[in-house]
Amino acid sequence: MNDEADRRALSGTVLDLLRKIAPELEPAAIDPHRPLRRQVDLDSMDWLNFLIALGAHFGIEIPEADYARLVSLADVIDYVKAGRHGS
Amino acid sequence: MIRFELPSLGPDMDEGTLLKWQVQPGDTVKRGQVVAVVDTSKAAVDVEIWQDGVVAELLVKPGEKIPVGTALATLLAPGEVAGAPEAPPAAPGPAAPSRRPVSPAARKRAQELGIVAETLAGTGAQGSVTLADVEAADRQSRGRAGPAAAAAPSAAAGRSQAMRKAIGAAMSRSKREIPHYYLSESIPMANALAWLQRRNDGVAIAERMLPAVLILKAVALALRRTPELNGFYREGQFIPATAVHAGVAISLRGGGLVAPAIHDVDSKALDALTRDLGDLVQRARAGSLRSSEMADPTITVTNLGDQGVDSVFGVIYPPQVALVGLGRIATRPWAYDSGEIRALPVVNASLAADHRASDGHRGALFLAELRELLQEPALLAADASPAASQDNRKKGDGHE
Repeated sequence: MNDEADRRALSGTVLDLLRKIAPELEPAAIDPHRPLRRQVDLDSMDWLNFLIALGAHFGIEIPEADYARLVSLADVIDYVKAGRHGS
Repeated sequence: MIRFELPSLGPDMDEGTLLKWQVQPGDTVKRGQVVAVVDTSKAAVDVEIWQDGVVAELLVKPGEKIPVGTALATLLAPGEVAGAPEAPPAAPGPAAPSRRPVSPAARKRAQELGIVAETLAGTGAQGSVTLADVEAADRQSRGRAGPAAAAAPSAAAGRSQAMRKAIGAAMSRSKREIPHYYLSESIPMANALAWLQRRNDGVAIAERMLPAVLILKAVALALRRTPELNGFYREGQFIPATAVHAGVAISLRGGGLVAPAIHDVDSKALDALTRDLGDLVQRARAGSLRSSEMADPTITVTNLGDQGVDSVFGVIYPPQVALVGLGRIATRPWAYDSGEIRALPVVNASLAADHRASDGHRGALFLAELRELLQEPALLAADASPAASQDNRKKGDGHE
């Protein structure tokens, strides 16, 4: 799979996970380069639940020290890609 | 014969609609057991019974709207109740349903119709609520006769307006009756965050503790020093509470908020608080709370930092007498007495308190105590019992 198709697929999966927490989310309205939490109105508990789902789905460990790197949708996709390759 | 009445579900809720019974005549019930589900403007509330006994007769039918204090059922006291019932059995809470996905079109239409879309059964992908589901619920609530059948949708319909009205009534009463005073304090959070980082390092993500948990615990312990901030103002006098049941303000996705209680925060271990807070937020958002949680918060804690505000100027939730507000934990310049300036994570904590129950001086002591406790997170972690804490604090005082 080429990189762009891979990113699109990942983006769909990530947004599906996010929708379990924020059911009203409209994927088309998400700007992948702006902070996700502002766009989707997630509080810290929602965000933690999202990261739990993300870690479980992709089988990656997300240490707390990495939270700061996960801001936009693009960041999350980069992180998941790196985590999958790394493991 | 014992009359079991609909308990108070909080100051802004004076009636509810019985959705269903969880027990039948002849059933033996234990104190703390959920016996009925009652819909209110804020949530479907699991009503717990406060006595052991055997259900004799159910006096109210599902679908009936009833004021607080209405007899719901009669009970026979157990034959040999020589020993008074102990603490409520650790009845497992209701399975926390996750928030149902709602399509944007469905949500928009539901808002127009005054229906809480999350309460509907969805027929879309993964059980999501679609536009058709909302329209069907609306038709059903208007068209169908028979109180039992129409109960759920008609109670759900208009909930968001009802909630806004209930919040408005409680807050108007607060502003009308409570002489508020406001204080705020900047609290360095470097120690607390470093402690949390160590504690969370290598811990499974689901068990990681949020700063909110540490702050909640610190609030509860600080209240031991200033009990005049923890309790109720009723009939012209302040009645202190014996435990800290912290109402946690939780915003709901469809709008509005609830502030159900986490019980005994002062005597609960941090790990238990972490679990309780996660569980409570999830259930509040799913609209499934317990009557005891709605009825008895002794103080409210609201954390608006996630939205990025610096500080909160709270409105007290009557008959409580204080509200603690937390802003964002942000890196700010901090000047030490030595003249040194460093960048530190800092949170602004505010206190809105009732002048009929306390004065600014006592409120200031509370915030100072809160600040001190958050400088020693290990003490918060060690404290799981009232006695232990008082010992610790006394020792701490000796060194100061």
